[in-house]
Amino acid sequence: MLDTLTQTGVTHAEGGAVSTASPRDFFDLMKPRVMTLVVFTAFSGLVAAPVDMDPFLAFMSILCVAMGAGAAGALNMAYDADIDATMKRTRKRPVPRGAVSVSNAYGFGVVAAVLSVLLMALSSNYLAAGLLAFSIFFYSVIYTMILKRSTPQNIVIGGAAGAFPPMIGWVAATGEVSLDAVILFMIIFLWTPPHSWALALYKSGDYAAAGVPMMPVAKGPKSTRLQILLYSIVMVVFAGAPVLTGLGGLVYAATSLGGGALFMLLAWRVFASRAGEAGSAEEGELYAVRAGDKAARDLFAYSIGYLAALFAALIAEHGLGAYFAVPGVTG
Amino acid sequence: MSDRDDNFGFHHREGQATGEHVRLTPEQEKARKRRNVYIAWGLVAFMVAVFLITVVRLSQNIAGAAG
Repeated sequence: MLDTLTQTGVTHAEGGAVSTASPRDFFDLMKPRVMTLVVFTAFSGLVAAPVDMDPFLAFMSILCVAMGAGAAGALNMAYDADIDATMKRTRKRPVPRGAVSVSNAYGFGVVAAVLSVLLMALSSNYLAAGLLAFSIFFYSVIYTMILKRSTPQNIVIGGAAGAFPPMIGWVAATGEVSLDAVILFMIIFLWTPPHSWALALYKSGDYAAAGVPMMPVAKGPKSTRLQILLYSIVMVVFAGAPVLTGLGGLVYAATSLGGGALFMLLAWRVFASRAGEAGSAEEGELYAVRAGDKAARDLFAYSIGYLAALFAALIAEHGLGAYFAVPGVTG
Repeated sequence: MSDRDDNFGFHHREGQATGEHVRLTPEQEKARKRRNVYIAWGLVAFMVAVFLITVVRLSQNIAGAAG
């Protein structure tokens, strides 16, 4: 990997080097933007659980999830430094930029992972700590080291890592994995493919240059657009499941229905567009896009808001007293 | 200063190798001090967290046993 880094013009402060890395560089290793959604969904799972948790212990549990997610992000950046150095979107990350060495990123990730699991075991229960440990392992080893470079199904299977946080929040409060916890897991699991493939469609040049077999690179944009549509249908339908179990009330039902309709509209726009078929002259910024790829960019941006809205509805219902049962649903 | 000081076979970017020691640039010293301060605060925060968690759980257990 380091050979590749050298080839791409990246130099590292390895061996006897003395780093000039700032705390901010290490914070950036934790993928703070991803961490925000992880914390939000974990908090939602914790609040929606039918057991009240001591506020301080609940706060510590969420902090542990954030730290665990950050640890997984750091391990991902350490292993993927060669890929990140190639891609416009990621070349300014701390490792390819040369601010943090690969070994320091690994060290930081491992220490943060151990501390987060340890504190989770102390503040909630061993099952939540075990799930947190497994999700870190799944993201940094199964997804990053095995799936990402070997199969276009990488984010379909790897999406499980990002789906754990609400389940961990739920288990931290209740101590058990129930049907509702599995449903929350499944919503994010099914949401990940259309979300990630929308990004991959308008950043396909980046992924192709890095040799990552994302769906648009491996199977082509047309197949990807169809799969985005199919996964969106399954996900939007499944997002209604909390209403059937009684976990979601009227606020959630309305959010799921309205948000899901708009999701389907945007997914259809992607399907009907020629997104991903232009050249590879996209810009490095996350939301920068070529004219033909706007539908994919819109779906990517909206999908984040959609997921946040679903989980915000659960927080409003179970944390702020806005729960009104859907008529005819007994839960 | 080049990336590699071949006299000592010692890879570094800016610090000057003197055989046994590395003379840090002011920027490196400042960065190292800042990292050390954050690590220290992190350790203190960890100890405080473990202490508070223990106190809360102990009081929960005592209340549970009494109730």
